[in-house]
Amino acid sequence: MRNVLTIARKELNAYFQSPIAYVLIGAYAAMFGYFFWSLVYFFVRASMQAQMTGRTMPMNLNELVIRNLLGNCGVLCLFMIPMLTMRLFAEEKSRGTMELLLTSPLKDWEILLGKWVGAVGMYASLLLFSGLNLVFLFAYGKPDWKPLAVGYLGLLLQGAAMLALGMFLSSVTSNQIAAAFSTFVLLLLLWVFEWMSNMDQNMLTEVLTYVSLLRHNESFIKGVIDLKDTLYYLSVSFLGLFLTARSLESLRYRG
Amino acid sequence: MIQVEGLTKRYARNVAVDHVSFSVEKGQIVGFLGPNGAGKTTTMRMLTCFMPPTEGTATIAGFDVIKQPLEVKKRIGYLPETPPVYPDMEVGEYLQFVARIKGVAEKDVLARSQEVATRCFVKDVWSKLIGKLSKGYRQRVGLAQAIIHNPDVLILDEPTSGFDPKQIIETRDLIKSLAGDHTIVLSTHILQEVKAMCESLVIINKGKIATSGRLDDLTRRNGAVLEVSVPEGASSSDEITAPFEGIEGVTAVTASDDGGLWRVDVDTATDADLRPKLAQIVLGKGWNLYRLDAAAVSLDDMFLRLTAAAEEVGQ
Repeated sequence: MRNVLTIARKELNAYFQSPIAYVLIGAYAAMFGYFFWSLVYFFVRASMQAQMTGRTMPMNLNELVIRNLLGNCGVLCLFMIPMLTMRLFAEEKSRGTMELLLTSPLKDWEILLGKWVGAVGMYASLLLFSGLNLVFLFAYGKPDWKPLAVGYLGLLLQGAAMLALGMFLSSVTSNQIAAAFSTFVLLLLLWVFEWMSNMDQNMLTEVLTYVSLLRHNESFIKGVIDLKDTLYYLSVSFLGLFLTARSLESLRYRG
Repeated sequence: MIQVEGLTKRYARNVAVDHVSFSVEKGQIVGFLGPNGAGKTTTMRMLTCFMPPTEGTATIAGFDVIKQPLEVKKRIGYLPETPPVYPDMEVGEYLQFVARIKGVAEKDVLARSQEVATRCFVKDVWSKLIGKLSKGYRQRVGLAQAIIHNPDVLILDEPTSGFDPKQIIETRDLIKSLAGDHTIVLSTHILQEVKAMCESLVIINKGKIATSGRLDDLTRRNGAVLEVSVPEGASSSDEITAPFEGIEGVTAVTASDDGGLWRVDVDTATDADLRPKLAQIVLGKGWNLYRLDAAAVSLDDMFLRLTAAAEEVGQ
């Protein structure tokens, strides 16, 4: 356990010692801020219109602002995750530090689990920054915090699953660009599989729809913890970790 | 301390290391010598459990590299050819990180890191980014990393490459000071380095062991070299060689004059050391003895001969 935490801490520090963390946090904050501002803007205009016409419509912050906001965040992951995972193993390999890790008394799973935990920690700190915007919602309105917390849990689970897949792709190459791009394409594919739900119902489209990453986030964003979706994200995470372990093993044989 | 038997690494198309066997005693410094691409690094990588051998076994401090890799790794310090450092980390931070993953107890991490930093002359750059250090400093940080958990065995892949002469001397002294407590295997293709540091030697070429043994044994040739002068002057080389020709086992004696100082080469067929007998003869004749050595082959000649011979066989 100590080994896992040592590696995780090293990974987290590595993000903040390089420009990656600051660039990502800045970009994430800017995008999130824009989403937040535009959604709140529409909400405020709609509620003013409702008042002027005299029709009292039930206006819900959770439904109209938070739900859309978190939905957009899920899509934002697609662009952020490859930046977080590309260096995990590719950098170690190109710098020769892989030799240090593999000749230290560490088990393979301790190395990859540590790296994954570190990356999840970095991703969680991105989410934390986005939370700053939401303070204003609580200051001026009365949103329900429980569905919001569930929504963030969903984003975290989704991110963890994507990070595990990205980590695997980073472990098969020593080129960070290749790792980032392949991760992006994989995540994009897993996103657009969702379109299959609009096609003819058959075995293939049903499976592809189910595999789609973002689709499983919908229940969380609505504020519902669905066991099926939770299990889906945990299994994808496990799959990513498992594939990384196999890839490390093959690395030893190929040298 | 290290036992290697029939170690082989085969890739899809070529054999990098071919049935290599040797053993190293505790506290020794062994030079692993060979031209570039001979299989030195691959052998070291198998010893450090970085990659498993295709065939054969190696045991380190009694632990098998295939069956008990974790136990082996705890007892091995490894400095690869390029020091495995993170440029974005500070030296102190890096050493503490390595101490932790090598299993140094948490309460000793800081003290141990500072100790090896002092020992490897990197204490003055403790809080500098490794990426900003010169190559020599980076290499020494790599060396500090290798000894941080006080391993029984140190495996160093070309430890002095990229150093200036002063650093080379300092590093050699450092490595020599580590022997005794640690068993050291160091690879190199610099022959002076072997002469300066190693007690025994393994010469590897094209993945096979060309020769191995103690440095003195390998470079000793049967026979002796003398330098004498004859007070009343010698008329010919026959006068100088004659007294030695009668000794049992002597096959050839040659003498050459160098301004009154005669150099005599005595070749023998047996392993017996003739030096005491030679000295007696010289003194009995009333000559002055300036030098008396066992004949030796130069390491350079031996290395070139062994690697060239294998080349011809290969062709």
